Amino acid sequence: MSVARAAVLSSVRRALGARPSASGVEARLTEPPPGVIPARGRNDSVAMFLEGAARVGTTVDRAASAAEVPARIAAYLAERNLSTAIKLAPDPDLRDLPWAEAQLQTREGRGEDHDTVSVVQAFAAVAETGTLVMISGAESPTTLNCLPDTHIVVVHSRDLVGAYDDAWARLRARGALPRLVTWITGPSRTADIEQEILVGIHGPRRLHVVMIDDGQA
Amino acid sequence: MAETSPDVALFATCLVDAFRPSVGFAAAKLVEESGSRVVVPEAQTCCGQPAYNSGDRATATKIAKQVVDTFAPFAAVVVPSGSCAGMIKQHYPALLADDPAYAAKAKALAAKTHELLAYLVDVRKMTRCAARCSRTATYHDSCSGLRELGVKAQPRTLLKSVDGLALIEAPNAETCCGFGGTFCVKYPEVSTRIVDAKITDAIATGADLVLGGDLGCLMTIAGRLSRQGSTVEVRHVAEVLAGLDDRPAIGVAKTPPQG
Amino acid sequence: MDATSHTFSANARTALADVKLQRALDRLAEGFPARRRDAVARLPEFDALRDAAVAIKDHTILNLDRYLERFEAKVLEAGGRVHWCRDAAEARATILSICTRAKAKSVTKGKTMVGEEIAINDHLAANGLDVVETDLGEYIIQLRGEPPSHIIAPAIHLSKDQVADTFRKAHGTLPPARPLTESRALLEEARTVLRSRFLGADVGITGANFLIAETGSTVTVTNEGNAELTMTLPRVHIVLASIEKVVPTLEDAATMLRVLARSATGQDVSVYTSFATGPRRPGDLDGPEEFNVVLLDNGRSAMLEGELREMLRCIRCGACLNHCPVYAAVGGHAYGWVYSGPMGAVLTPALIGLDPAKHLPEASTLCGRCEEVCPMRIPIPKMLRHWRERSWQRGPSATRSRFGLAVWAFVAARPRLYRWATGAVAALLARLATRGRFAWLPFASAWTGTRDFPAPEGRGFVASWNRGERR
Repeated sequence: MSVARAAVLSSVRRALGARPSASGVEARLTEPPPGVIPARGRNDSVAMFLEGAARVGTTVDRAASAAEVPARIAAYLAERNLSTAIKLAPDPDLRDLPWAEAQLQTREGRGEDHDTVSVVQAFAAVAETGTLVMISGAESPTTLNCLPDTHIVVVHSRDLVGAYDDAWARLRARGALPRLVTWITGPSRTADIEQEILVGIHGPRRLHVVMIDDGQA
Repeated sequence: MAETSPDVALFATCLVDAFRPSVGFAAAKLVEESGSRVVVPEAQTCCGQPAYNSGDRATATKIAKQVVDTFAPFAAVVVPSGSCAGMIKQHYPALLADDPAYAAKAKALAAKTHELLAYLVDVRKMTRCAARCSRTATYHDSCSGLRELGVKAQPRTLLKSVDGLALIEAPNAETCCGFGGTFCVKYPEVSTRIVDAKITDAIATGADLVLGGDLGCLMTIAGRLSRQGSTVEVRHVAEVLAGLDDRPAIGVAKTPPQG
Repeated sequence: MDATSHTFSANARTALADVKLQRALDRLAEGFPARRRDAVARLPEFDALRDAAVAIKDHTILNLDRYLERFEAKVLEAGGRVHWCRDAAEARATILSICTRAKAKSVTKGKTMVGEEIAINDHLAANGLDVVETDLGEYIIQLRGEPPSHIIAPAIHLSKDQVADTFRKAHGTLPPARPLTESRALLEEARTVLRSRFLGADVGITGANFLIAETGSTVTVTNEGNAELTMTLPRVHIVLASIEKVVPTLEDAATMLRVLARSATGQDVSVYTSFATGPRRPGDLDGPEEFNVVLLDNGRSAMLEGELREMLRCIRCGACLNHCPVYAAVGGHAYGWVYSGPMGAVLTPALIGLDPAKHLPEASTLCGRCEEVCPMRIPIPKMLRHWRERSWQRGPSATRSRFGLAVWAFVAARPRLYRWATGAVAALLARLATRGRFAWLPFASAWTGTRDFPAPEGRGFVASWNRGERR
């Protein structure tokens, strides 16, 4: 379709007419100017994250250390009478946690239709709107975020940032973008039937976050 | 250059001139109360909005020039209508921008033209008026006045000073009444559905009087209310503020009809 | 789809008589504006963000070719493909050929208004593909064979029982005894049916809210999470996007996203916002093997010229629909094509031609609420007037409204005649009116059909004042 490519670009150029060549395009792409960061995104406040999470129905639990995570998750599942068989992201940070001690049966891999509970680590959490930043990769398959009924996300408090822009900065530092970056703010929902807000239309019916408090000791 | 008069020219608007002279008298009285002398130029007709909004730019331009010429000699122009004032303030400068003989004049007219309530409160710093009115009223913000000119607080400021008047805000005071100039006759059913929502909202406040600053809106609201058999009355806000609300409301007979 | 915009008046009357639709529209008018207002109130920087978003789009549009080329280069770098298409037919052919090459049988789709615009479903179905919409609202209207009635809430015109009827007719496996009176039951039914479709799809098609030049990413926003399933489970992912969707950088996308959901649904941010960059990477356990972006012009480059350029800033939030008194009265279907409400009234004549769509710019009170709430500060009333001027220039000169306007203009340009004529008519009407109003007037039936016509008080104001009358 190179004919179409040339035609589209030339009709765009024709319509735009003569323009200055120093357009600021290169500069903008190499040194992206900062956006307008709302005050609520200007510090990595746990309280702000919790407020945003609560507004959309994300539940948040705190763990004093990574080792405490399985017990916290077990307590969450028991309270709601949910399955203790969890699909774990193949993430070295999660793999060696004491799952069996917490009476949880784990399997690793991508998300599949019959999985009911998944546990994945977030790349970052954003205080601005109570949002989780999930990235695809060998250690964090995307399907774990969008198929199981119960989506459990583990995030370190050191990975809590203020604004979306802070998460972009961290991602850029990491290299090229992964295939998929997904901001998740609450469980799957719809308002397509008479504008009534219903949770759990396709993916997670519940979204639970366990935040590990780093540097508390 | 024509001589400049220190007087305020009142642009009554075509609807007020033909249908509701009371609004013209009330507006003139209020402008005088604010300390200005009022002149009503005989050559005024219409602001040209019907042509402008119908896409007839040539006619709109012609009428705009006539308005510019008619009102050029005065220090200020006051209009008891957000929509006609908006036409002069917001649209004339664009309409006449490419006409070297009129571009500057249109800008000058726009700068000295004021919607009535904005003139009284913002320019003349009026904060109260001497009127009395023992009614419960709700105020409809006409679209052009509100969105083109920012008229919102001014009528409320003055209405709050009216002795005996209870002003209750309708939740959708800022929603269109469905008039829309020629829209109301091009799409009468749609227009009626819109004014019905407005009326339901207004009546729910418990008001027995609907006030507003644009006669087009008020005739639409009054015409629909009376068709529904409602006794809720409709008036231009100036009538109440000037104490000229002893006359029959819009669409009401001078003497109660028999039977 | 075949447009019915040319019969707007008849469409509107049908809509006004539809009791279920009217109830749905009342719900919409109560819901969206209040939620937007609350979301805006929670964010003091909202207006500053709007200004920033407008500046980003204006800059991007002015350099559209440059940013598109960069976007393309980055998609290729990430292992994806870019297919440029001039018009709907080219886009349909391109998408079909990608599906054919992939030997696809089953296609899942995320919500894409550009997909509606090019009627991609019909084309794929006609060529033997099994296409299913996965956004709940889109799925419902697909089963009913209807176009969307709202750009972000496509099934907003339907009631629960209509949805239940639709499912009973379409889902052969649904036991007749299963109650579907609760919304939850409808949701579970759709969830079950759509889950199997997600798992069995060969190709997933999504739209894009934005394209990011810096990284070659496509951005999709949903609350349901259907886009993530659509772009992750099938072997092939196709993104269908029009060329004006591009923004320069990740930060710029964040700015746009900060105003998008707040304007649309009153959420601070949608539940799922996904930035997709190329196909599955080495080591990934999921994701498509192929990532295609179909870049469509279809009239956008023509809009760059002249009066409609600012319309290319539109981010399809739907705020103008949610706040429009005309949309609230008649709903989306009356507009007769894909895009409805104020943005549809500007866009439709540009995309399908002014002739079939000429009613849409007329069917507005020009109340200005659309421009007031538009996150991109698009001067919609100005653009509606632009279309009206174009219609006026082309239109036949013999219609009744034109004749009326011509008579009025003739008189209005002659102040003495005007004073005499309006004075005489006003005085006559004042004398004729016995109750202060008319229930019927010759030549005014368009008014008096539903409203009384308030009678003039008597002599005209200007003449009275200048004769010395005072009150």
